Amino acid sequence: MAKHATPLLDQLESGPWPSFVSDIKEMAAARAKNEKNIEFQIPVDVCEDILGVLELSYKHGRTHWKHGGIVGVFGYGGGVIGRYCDQPTMFPGVAHFHTVRVNQPGGKFYTTEYLRQLCDLWELRGSGITNMHGSTGDIVLLGTQTPQLEEIFYELTHNMNQDLGGSGSNLRTPSDCIGQARCEYACYDTQALCYAMTQEYQDELHRPAFPYKFKFKFDGCPNCCVASIARSDMSFIGLWRDEIRVDQKAVAAYVGGEIPPNAGAHAGRDWGKFDIQKEVIGLCPTECMRYEGGKLAINNKECNHCMHCINVMPRALRIGNDRGCAILVGAKAPILDGAQMGSLLVPFIPVEEPYDEVKGVIEKVWDWWMEEGKNRERLGELIKRQGFQRLLEATEIEASPLHVSAPRTNPYIFWKEEEVEGGWQRDIKAFRKDHLR
Amino acid sequence: MAFISSGYDPNEPMKGRITDIGPRKFDEFYPPVIKANKGKWLYHEILEPGVLVHVAENGDEVYTVRVGGARLMSVNMIREICDVADKHCGGYVRWTTRNNVEFMVDKKDKVAALKADLLSRKQSGGAFKFPIGGTGAGITNIVHTQGWMHCHTPATDASGPVKAAMDVLFDDFTSMRLPAQLRISLACCLNMCGAVHCSDIAILGFHRKPPMLDHEYLDKMCEIPLAIAACPTAAIKPSKVEVDGQKLNSVAVNQNRCMFCGNCYTMCPAMPLADREGDGIVLMAGGKVSNRISPPKFSKVVVAFLPNEAPRWPSTTDAIKKMVNAYANGARKYERLGDWAERIGWERFFSVCDLPFTHHLIDDFRDPAYYTWRQTTQFKF
Repeated sequence: MAKHATPLLDQLESGPWPSFVSDIKEMAAARAKNEKNIEFQIPVDVCEDILGVLELSYKHGRTHWKHGGIVGVFGYGGGVIGRYCDQPTMFPGVAHFHTVRVNQPGGKFYTTEYLRQLCDLWELRGSGITNMHGSTGDIVLLGTQTPQLEEIFYELTHNMNQDLGGSGSNLRTPSDCIGQARCEYACYDTQALCYAMTQEYQDELHRPAFPYKFKFKFDGCPNCCVASIARSDMSFIGLWRDEIRVDQKAVAAYVGGEIPPNAGAHAGRDWGKFDIQKEVIGLCPTECMRYEGGKLAINNKECNHCMHCINVMPRALRIGNDRGCAILVGAKAPILDGAQMGSLLVPFIPVEEPYDEVKGVIEKVWDWWMEEGKNRERLGELIKRQGFQRLLEATEIEASPLHVSAPRTNPYIFWKEEEVEGGWQRDIKAFRKDHLR
Repeated sequence: MAFISSGYDPNEPMKGRITDIGPRKFDEFYPPVIKANKGKWLYHEILEPGVLVHVAENGDEVYTVRVGGARLMSVNMIREICDVADKHCGGYVRWTTRNNVEFMVDKKDKVAALKADLLSRKQSGGAFKFPIGGTGAGITNIVHTQGWMHCHTPATDASGPVKAAMDVLFDDFTSMRLPAQLRISLACCLNMCGAVHCSDIAILGFHRKPPMLDHEYLDKMCEIPLAIAACPTAAIKPSKVEVDGQKLNSVAVNQNRCMFCGNCYTMCPAMPLADREGDGIVLMAGGKVSNRISPPKFSKVVVAFLPNEAPRWPSTTDAIKKMVNAYANGARKYERLGDWAERIGWERFFSVCDLPFTHHLIDDFRDPAYYTWRQTTQFKF
């Protein structure tokens, strides 16, 4: 018999999509039964109380979780988020219910051996409930008590060779797309760069020294599967700058209907025969392609790397060979001053070990932001407050038309004195010789 | 229950301490076919909804079966995923950035048994544990935040509305009939841990009542200057109040200036906003992150408010379904929802989606607002 009646949550058990309610109920039953005789380190009925407090929220239309307190592991300022229930007497199992963020591996590839070890640890020392994964990318272990935090950290580091992720005003856990591991579009090894930057900046990740949070995300191509351009203070997007490689035989096979367009993504509806003119040439945003006499021609100089033609004909068209990435900066969600998309700072940078050029840009950006940023001011907001020019100065990057979608529409240019011939110091008396009062 | 020590000694926290080691290295976890062919993939194809093949330069193939799932997941569910991966995939598995799970095999003849196994596994309430789909021109899994499950500032739940929406949209998860992929995201408050602001359709929790003031405790629980500085519209100022004859330092809120962001509550727990009638859902539409054809763009607010109707949020799922159907019927092949709305005009978007337009949808927040008003006679009656 369930500890709490959950008539509202029960209605989320029907329907085809996987039900978190059924899953937590089954977990609650398994803990109660405890076939493996586990010496649970937090209350055995924690999952019952999770459902109980959530049911109460469904009834009240309000959350029953309070602000986090200062909890964590010794020497780190992030990785653990304190959480307490505002009805601790009704739901003692979740009265203290802290979150542990575990830094996920690149590409979110796992061995079952690793996952089972993590499951055993979390069943013993926590609620057994997780997020796979949190929005930023971490494995999120949801719900444990303060005395377990050091124990969990000790077991993670000693037995699993695994560290925590970030939280608070520090470098948040970087994340990447699947990249070259299983994608032909990836213009650099996103997992290698993500791992290298995560390791290089462990201190920034664990010990808050920034004005606010800071996110890195690594996308292998302009399709942006990890949404770096919308979600990260520094977004690394793979690009090529030479020519799209064309296999004319495969182009003909697409035209002839032998290969389904867009890798078969549109197979659920009859869209008619593939029309290269309409579906590729006509949709190219720069109109840099032609299909004549059975041959596809691309004016690569005019290509803006939108990926459409490659997405439509992946067996015929491939990314170029001169590859690297662009760096865009300042993306963030709307809090506080409205949403910002990443703005292009570095149009192209080689991505080669030991990544010194990339690190150079990162560290210059950080130096400026840590010097000038206000408390809880994201990089994007600082750029808006002080102007893009200050960012260019701080990073020693020369302005180019690539930095703007259009030049300014007002002439209110803040000229600097040294840019104006003769400077700004003038003699009013000399002026008055020619211009009477 | 007896305390079990991991080996950590609280009297000597630094003894044998290991720190700053970072995550496990990615290539420890690559399946052999991935390790052997990294950076050498030639092309891929979606063989059917939820099943992909990637072909390498040397002819090697990897077949991926993608399944949806709740991102809120018990360790027993993870163990079951491991059971499947051990049985079919040599002990390897991965997650996608959109909370899907991918099972990979290196031979085509292993796919059928894997699929059958996945689809045979049901939950106690009858739901699929591992529905196959989420590829191509369809709707993939919803990325979302914590909601009432674990967060202190949400204006709605997350896992519940996601389950309700995916049940309604299930056929579009398991098929590929749409003009292009359609990405749905949910964030349970304006803070948007889930960064939903560039999604084809975004479900966003929103408060509509200014904070209450717990004067008696405010100065004890909060740093008043931080609460004041937290307000983006400068609606909060210091004040002195009298409670039961006691003069207290507190704050005053200019309620007409409040935009209900909850940032003050984040800094000061004595200023709660949550309210059954005040809280609910905003729907946004037309955003994207891909650079394909058109540049990335923000989602626009298309429904100013829908109530929190736990447990299944029918008004929200109805409005989403209307948008998905109108998009499926009206958009051209490859056209994302936002590109379609811009081509037909937003005035048409509201009529074909059968959504009312109200004054709330006209931007009045700072400079960017002006750029969203219509400065042309090009419009449609």
